[in-house]
Amino acid sequence: MKKLTLTKFALALGIMGVVSCNEDNDDKLSISKSAVIENYAEIVYQNYLDSYNDAVNLETVVNVFVSQPTEANFENAKSAWKQARESYGTTEAFRFVDGPIDDENGPEALINAWPLDENFIDYVEGVSDSGIINDLVNYPSITKQLLIDLNEDGGEKNISVGFHAIEFLLWGQDLTAPSEELAGLRPYTDFVDGGTADNQGRRRDYLSICAGLLTENLQYLVDAWAPGAAYRTYFTQELSEDEALKKMFNGAAILVYSELAIERVNVALFNQDQEDEHSCFSDNTHRDVRLNLQASINVYKGTYGNISGPSIADLVAEVNPELALEIQGVITDVVVKTDATLIPFDLAIAEGPESIEGAKVTAAKTAMQLFGSELSYAANSLGITLNEL
Amino acid sequence: MKPEEGEYLSGGKNGTIVNNSEEAFGFFSRGLTSDQETDFGIGNSFFRQSWITAPATATARDGLGPFFNAISCASCHFKDGRGRAPEYDGELGTGLLLRLSTSQQDVHGAYLPDPVYGGQLQDVAINGVDAEAAYTISYEYITEMYPDGSSAELRKPTYNIQGYNYGDMTSDLHVSPRVANQMIGMGLLEALSESTILAAEDITDADADGISGKANYVFDRTSNTIKLGRFGWKANQPTVRQQVAGAFSGDIGLTSSIFPKETFPSGFDGSTIISGGEPEVPDTVLDRVVLYSSTLAVPARRDYDTDEVLKGKQIFNNIACAKCHTPKFTTNNSYYIEANRNQEIRPYTDLLLHDMGEGLADHAPDFLADGNEWRTQPLWGIGLISVVNGHTYLLHDGRARNIEEAILWHGGEAENAKNEFKSLSKEERDQLIAFVQSL
Repeated sequence: MKKLTLTKFALALGIMGVVSCNEDNDDKLSISKSAVIENYAEIVYQNYLDSYNDAVNLETVVNVFVSQPTEANFENAKSAWKQARESYGTTEAFRFVDGPIDDENGPEALINAWPLDENFIDYVEGVSDSGIINDLVNYPSITKQLLIDLNEDGGEKNISVGFHAIEFLLWGQDLTAPSEELAGLRPYTDFVDGGTADNQGRRRDYLSICAGLLTENLQYLVDAWAPGAAYRTYFTQELSEDEALKKMFNGAAILVYSELAIERVNVALFNQDQEDEHSCFSDNTHRDVRLNLQASINVYKGTYGNISGPSIADLVAEVNPELALEIQGVITDVVVKTDATLIPFDLAIAEGPESIEGAKVTAAKTAMQLFGSELSYAANSLGITLNEL
Repeated sequence: MKPEEGEYLSGGKNGTIVNNSEEAFGFFSRGLTSDQETDFGIGNSFFRQSWITAPATATARDGLGPFFNAISCASCHFKDGRGRAPEYDGELGTGLLLRLSTSQQDVHGAYLPDPVYGGQLQDVAINGVDAEAAYTISYEYITEMYPDGSSAELRKPTYNIQGYNYGDMTSDLHVSPRVANQMIGMGLLEALSESTILAAEDITDADADGISGKANYVFDRTSNTIKLGRFGWKANQPTVRQQVAGAFSGDIGLTSSIFPKETFPSGFDGSTIISGGEPEVPDTVLDRVVLYSSTLAVPARRDYDTDEVLKGKQIFNNIACAKCHTPKFTTNNSYYIEANRNQEIRPYTDLLLHDMGEGLADHAPDFLADGNEWRTQPLWGIGLISVVNGHTYLLHDGRARNIEEAILWHGGEAENAKNEFKSLSKEERDQLIAFVQSL
């Protein structure tokens, strides 16, 4: 396998300009770019639909718990949250390209904002009256609009809603050592009148509103990508084929190269801080990492769930079979290296970059970036220059 | 009409990112080494991270306060973007602070701070400590008429500091409100040669065009010398590094190798305060936040090739906006971050001080800047503030609610340009604004 370096990646990205499409190339292709784009749009739609359905289930289960706050119902809510993360994790490759998820009206900040300062929401170790839930003076009633308005009010860490707010409400702070392999240990009685922690009713309202909002915001994305919907039509028919492909590449490449490898994996490793991992309360970060990686692979291979159609990989295989083979090798390698990192993730990073487990995390991070680089070569092979990293 | 070659590349070939989303100010420049990309990510984490009171188990980020304005850089520079004045009294960390100074200077030419409260009103404190004071803002509304009979409404803020917890402020006090600026392209501005900037100086207005342009010279704490000022609303910081360390100190209450002393109001017993380390922001962290702040890419222009914008550009040049908002420079070939070298950038600033008239004056001199003078604000990225930050407030205190109001506040050396703007037809004014919006 040809050795590729990150410097080369940067050079490849140095070429700016409007995408030009190589007509000769197109003529040779037996797979049409439009079919690849259509297959992608179907994947996006199906993935958001699955995520929406899982969020509906989460909302239902949360509301069962809210009306009957028992330990069993609490555990069900946690399982439903983890289930909902599975389908959402692979949607993150649809981000970073000014699409419905994070354009001017995009709900990303209301769905998956992180990291959050838990004391913005509820009590934390040592401060029993902190957070919106315990602030009866400034926020006499917990309403949907209030929580929307407070999200990211005054800072990116002032997160009031979304997956990680729900996660914190269900698990609480993870105060145990990574070696104990325990997630947050919030007792379900925090939600029981007269139980632990004050303002249990407000906490129930808060949780229920957040679950409802998640459903609502995912519905918005399903509606944007549904067959015949305005954005889907724009993406599959009004954008030039190369512009659409460029967005597909960019989302996958930025996620795996930058957001996942650097922000979510390497920063946590450097800081050796449980708080800096993506799903820090539930110790579910290992799933986030693997699912985000899978997200970029899905876009490249044109596969998701039962869907398997014309893909970027197929296009690359036609114009540059050698490169396609090489990328397949890189994908196999990055999956192996990522799977080799310790579970839970806070245990993998606990001893820092120099440790045996830390080195495995670094190896996975480097492989992720190599995959990102390969995506840019793949784009170049189709006459597309990525320029958004 | 046609755009120039590469006109949309505001930050040059390396320093431009094509992105119009709310993340538009948050991407790294092309051409960084792999290590720099990693360090950028770590710098980003410390920029975004909330600092907490010492002592804490998370020792990497404790040491907040005891007095501060915000608990993280991102509180004010939300998504690396622009802050605004608080919408209601007591709103935390929105990105406006009050600088305090007197009319007395120290040996380096810096104006001395308030003897009790220091150089910045820190309106928040850690638990168990009373904040220095609080302030409220009230706005006076002014109607500005156009020759064509239409009008615009301007708002002029007044600040009322109250609730002093550590005694009175000096009677010889200047208060200067400052809004947190977007973080993009700072390393590109730092990579401009001094000679490039100084070439545009015209202190005595020798060419008699009504526009002077004066460099600020400020104290560099690292080299212990006087250096050209480039950053801050009055160009009162010489380097990105000192700007970042100054913000850690003044805004978050964190010590660093450059600002090693905790800031307390006089009369406050600092002996009870636990430090978050000596210094609280070690150089390993400071270096990364500086690298981060120096390599944030500038978003590419949008609509730069439409007729409306191109006409607006012509008007921008015709009415002399471009005399201070200099469209184009090339960075030097020796800057310490290789990616920033030899870049043709379009910042729309000359980095010089200009008299902006009584309307905008804060009467707070800052090194060589007098109370009427401000550094020309770079215009790159201006059109995306609304996307990133959800508001369109401009100028040093955020008083202008949009580009039009900001133009109408221009006075002093820009009085003529403003009057020419007012004399334009509505269509031409819209074209000019569309051009600025495209930057």
